[in-house]
Amino acid sequence: MLKDKKLRRELPLYAMLAPAVVLVLVYAYGPMLGIVIAFQRFLPGKGLFGSPWIGLDNFRFMFQMPTIWQVVGNTILIAGMKIVAGIFVPVTVALMLNDVGSQPFKRSIQTIIYLPHFLSWVILSGILIDILSPSEGIVNQLLELLGFETVFFLGDDRVFPFTLVVTDVWKSFGFGTIVYLAALTGIDPALYEAALVDGAGRWQQTRHITLPGISSTIILLTTLSLGNILNAGFDQVFNLYSPLVYRTGDIIDTLVYRTGLVNNQYGVATAVGLLKSLVALLLIGTSYKLAQKAANYTIF
Amino acid sequence: MASKMLRPAPLFNILNQVLLAVLAIVCVFPIVHVLALSFSTSTAAASGRVTLWPVEFTLSSYRFVTDTPAFGRAFGISVQRVLLGMPINMLLTVLVAYPLAKERRQFRARTFFVWFFLVTILFSGGLIPWYMVIRLTGLIDSVWALILPGAVPIFNVILMINFFRNVPPALEEAAYMDGAGHGTLLWRIYLPLSVPVIATVSLFVIVGHWNAWFDGLILMNNPSRYPLQSYLQTIIINPDPKMLTERDLEILKVINNRTTRAAQIFIAMLPILVAYPFLQRYFTTGITLGSVKG
Repeated sequence: MLKDKKLRRELPLYAMLAPAVVLVLVYAYGPMLGIVIAFQRFLPGKGLFGSPWIGLDNFRFMFQMPTIWQVVGNTILIAGMKIVAGIFVPVTVALMLNDVGSQPFKRSIQTIIYLPHFLSWVILSGILIDILSPSEGIVNQLLELLGFETVFFLGDDRVFPFTLVVTDVWKSFGFGTIVYLAALTGIDPALYEAALVDGAGRWQQTRHITLPGISSTIILLTTLSLGNILNAGFDQVFNLYSPLVYRTGDIIDTLVYRTGLVNNQYGVATAVGLLKSLVALLLIGTSYKLAQKAANYTIF
Repeated sequence: MASKMLRPAPLFNILNQVLLAVLAIVCVFPIVHVLALSFSTSTAAASGRVTLWPVEFTLSSYRFVTDTPAFGRAFGISVQRVLLGMPINMLLTVLVAYPLAKERRQFRARTFFVWFFLVTILFSGGLIPWYMVIRLTGLIDSVWALILPGAVPIFNVILMINFFRNVPPALEEAAYMDGAGHGTLLWRIYLPLSVPVIATVSLFVIVGHWNAWFDGLILMNNPSRYPLQSYLQTIIINPDPKMLTERDLEILKVINNRTTRAAQIFIAMLPILVAYPFLQRYFTTGITLGSVKG
């Protein structure tokens, strides 16, 4: 039967892939078929192919939602601030850690700052809701002690986006430093010695050797993160927001969730999700191309 | 004046270390505070006397939490999820990574399958169709809903492929000459060489399963099927009076809600804290292995 020797040699490879291919077909490609819902008035009783087709009505409805542009704006603003903070803080802390001579001290700091990364947003939100409470939270107790006014971090819509950015930094900056620390160890020590001979001070060394040494990593991670400009962090926002802060804190993903799974407007929710996926795809593609150009980066 | 390599400026170093210490304290302070609350009495918590150390030490919040059947049940479902999900994730990760780590001349369909899997991280059907497919396959309210849809973790596969590609080809050729098939190669050569990376990825997978909450929340119609994080989401973040029994309400009047919440949070965190030393040992290798090259 199988005369092709090569194919016979390849058969076990196909067999290894088979279970995963089936699962991915069903649970990743299956939902892509389900996108047809975006063009239907979906009736759960009638199913995927029995529901009436309504063309682009769902998309029209979406753009007439009173808050849609506000939500898009919130998403980009929150995600943008997170991207900037997510580069600035880890780079700064990595530079500081790199200057620490004592290894045990350095390691203890790292152990502590990596920890929040491994806790879920449910846990972290549970903690934040307690410590940020305006009545009994310890943060506001501290503010009062220092003579400041009480801040409703999770209920004041002027403050909420910043609460999101700061708490996101709390969760992720430690982990973010790992990559930059790795890049810092790659810098040739001879450069510092040469700079020393030339009489360069600490700041000059940082500016002319350290920063250029890790700039390619910074550029790479910045361009790659641009693909995330529509991801403002569903897990975090969902666990911290409330109707009080919808004006500044509602993002595309939470809007999709509420429209689809709370109000059962499946078609509209799918349409919003689809548009977001398409724009995200475009952005990821662009950022990947940029990363390839700027830093010779490839996934494989 | 001051030099990095030879003569560190003492003032700068002290300042630097003090700042880092402050940063670390700020990071860990909220967690320690909640831990202290969980061991304090409700009156002490309410009067705002608890900072970093339990005041009027008591285990009553923990007793209340462990006496709540729903909490124990949710904890059990999370354990079940990890015990089923981790081996399945790892098995599929290895089985996908091995063929895809081959050269094109060894596996001619490689490019096709690489794209088959890559497409799924670039584009997805979105929340609603995803939910519907899972409902269509009859997994709602089953623990398999939390395992099968995410059974092939593509990022871990990429990590594993990059690792497998470092296995010296000479080793494989020698084994091939001796008549070893792909199964033997994977089992006897690739896997033994990959123990560190498999340990790393396994830990990440365990943490991922333990921490996942959203899928449980929407794929379990029956709240008694919630894993722990989904249960906590409904209890702590979005308290729903329907979830509490009358007995709970009675006791909640006695025990301050705040210390109970703190105890729940800490118990849910505990497995991560136990695994943390191992996690920390491995993840630096894992990250530099997979994500950023060049």
